[in-house]
Amino acid sequence: MDSLDGEEFDVIILGTGITECILSGILSSTKHKKILHIDRQNYYGGDTASINLKQLFEKYNKPTEGLENSKFGRYRDWNVDLIPKLLMSNGELINILISTKVTEYLEFKQISGSYVYHKNGKIYKIPSTEYEAVTSSLLGLFEKNRVKNFLQWVSQYRFEDPKTHQGINWEKNTMEEVYYKFGLGNSSQDFIGHAMALYPTDDYVKQPCKECIERVILYSQSVAKFGPGKSPYLYPLYGLGELPQAFARLSALYGGIYMLNTPISDIKFNEEGKFESLTIPQGTVKAPMVIADPSYFPEKVESTGKKYIRCICLLNHKVSSTDQKDSLQIILPQNQINRKNDIYIAVLGAEHFVTPKGWNLAIVSTILEKDNNDNPLNEIEPALKLLGDIEEKFFEVKEILKPKEDGKKDNVFISKSYDAMSHFESMTEDVKDIYKRVTGEDLVIE
Amino acid sequence: MIQFKLVLLGDSSVGKSSIVTRFVKDQFDLNKESTIGAAFLSQTIKLLDGDSGEEVAIKFEIWDTAGQERYKSLAPMYYRNSNAAIVVYDLCDANSLSKAVKWVNELKEKLGEDNDCIISLIGNKLDITLEDESKRAISFKEGEDFAIENGLYFHEVSAKDNIGIKDIFQEIGESLYKQYKEKRVKNSTANGPGTSGTSNVELNRPSTNDSTSCCS
Repeated sequence: MDSLDGEEFDVIILGTGITECILSGILSSTKHKKILHIDRQNYYGGDTASINLKQLFEKYNKPTEGLENSKFGRYRDWNVDLIPKLLMSNGELINILISTKVTEYLEFKQISGSYVYHKNGKIYKIPSTEYEAVTSSLLGLFEKNRVKNFLQWVSQYRFEDPKTHQGINWEKNTMEEVYYKFGLGNSSQDFIGHAMALYPTDDYVKQPCKECIERVILYSQSVAKFGPGKSPYLYPLYGLGELPQAFARLSALYGGIYMLNTPISDIKFNEEGKFESLTIPQGTVKAPMVIADPSYFPEKVESTGKKYIRCICLLNHKVSSTDQKDSLQIILPQNQINRKNDIYIAVLGAEHFVTPKGWNLAIVSTILEKDNNDNPLNEIEPALKLLGDIEEKFFEVKEILKPKEDGKKDNVFISKSYDAMSHFESMTEDVKDIYKRVTGEDLVIE
Repeated sequence: MIQFKLVLLGDSSVGKSSIVTRFVKDQFDLNKESTIGAAFLSQTIKLLDGDSGEEVAIKFEIWDTAGQERYKSLAPMYYRNSNAAIVVYDLCDANSLSKAVKWVNELKEKLGEDNDCIISLIGNKLDITLEDESKRAISFKEGEDFAIENGLYFHEVSAKDNIGIKDIFQEIGESLYKQYKEKRVKNSTANGPGTSGTSNVELNRPSTNDSTSCCS
């Protein structure tokens, strides 16, 4: 066995989820850190891996006999995300991908549609431009004009030019006040706040409107980026699990050492309580700091008090009322379904090489609201109903964890669990935050 | 230009990177540890189309392991959609052929049965055995036997002395071109290649300097 005993590194990273892999890639390629990157499992990606159908059945303890020649097609043709998320075309993750040139290993396709649920039981394409707002059947005649005025105001607002403000100060006025000013009703508020700005709850309406407006702009820019009329989202061919692999390769190209399937024991701290070394079968390795996902330091993380449910559904048909689209996102805003948290549905298929032809994958996720629920699937029932017949489903309830401390005391920097959000913006925030704590500098993405 | 993805496989220090560096840059550096920073290297070769008699250029996008083979941690992405593979062993290391055999099996498993990846088995460091035949640990016949059994191309080469390197790629290139032409005939009668509908989004693929290149 190729020994590493006594070897010293600048950073040891535990877990190959996307957060850890981005940090590894950036620290290795731009900061020239000597990195040892370990995963106890024999595949890349941790919770952000994409797994094939056989692995999926095994994970949820369903029998895999006969799977090879079953109705599901070849099991290798499935790439199922454990955490479904989409990339905003103009979002920060895309900027990171481009600036690190990791895009050289990846291919993306747009998600064909972005929909919002209305309490009447139907789904509607989300209007994102003034033109779409006036043609959308989601909005009543008068509401159309109000939404159009709002979107116009957003697109023309210049911070330094009070003439464009129409009496609203982005830093002082709340979103509630903005909605009032434009006379926007509940259903418009729901699609602006939840389907465009992607807030999972209604807490944002009491906050200064700036953040919400910026999110609406991000949404509109993302829709416009690769040709309007589709959705603001991109998704990599073969699943999200490609992303951590691509960043791991970037890190390796600059000397990062990769070890999968490697158990860790004997994590040692010095007398000041700072991380010192850990032991793997190849010997004891040292570094002044360690970055890890929450599963490697269970004693150093705590629950956020939130649990999410995720339900993976295999469909042999397209989702109805979507013009036979192969990929889409559907958001069910909390108000429309009498909940406090939105439900997200990501639908993907053969166009993104995550299912065989003729199949679709729908992944439903939300934050659970009822404690000790015997049947948590109840909470996502309106979403499941939209999907029609489901050939097979797998669901899981998981606690969302966060580090107890910021890592300054022990030099152990722990990432957050991936949330139930439908996009990556919170993950990239975590990457930037850890990067700053580790290097003392802001992460600048060019 | 037709572009193909070619991956290198084999244990650490059998000379994978040296073979590529010789082919792409016509250089050899004994002390070079591993390729730093390059996502992949590109090299174009020319060959003659037997039917038309015209010269065609094909481009290799060559992926090196970046050291991820050292602890058996190559990502599935590495193998994905590879059109050809060069599996390298060290003629002077008695264990290295059996390890190469494992890499061939690993590659076949990762690609699935219906792949048409062209594999070339390469014994490297021929220069050492030419200088001192007693240093040879694996006979020509051992390598050749395995290659024939498994339908692989086979050569013994020296990246250091530039023996046989170009030929590996020329042979693979010709074979890939033949395959490409056969597929094109098939697809023109059937309904086009695998993907349907929308095209991929071009984020940026600045790797190569010709703008016409795209996914193969």
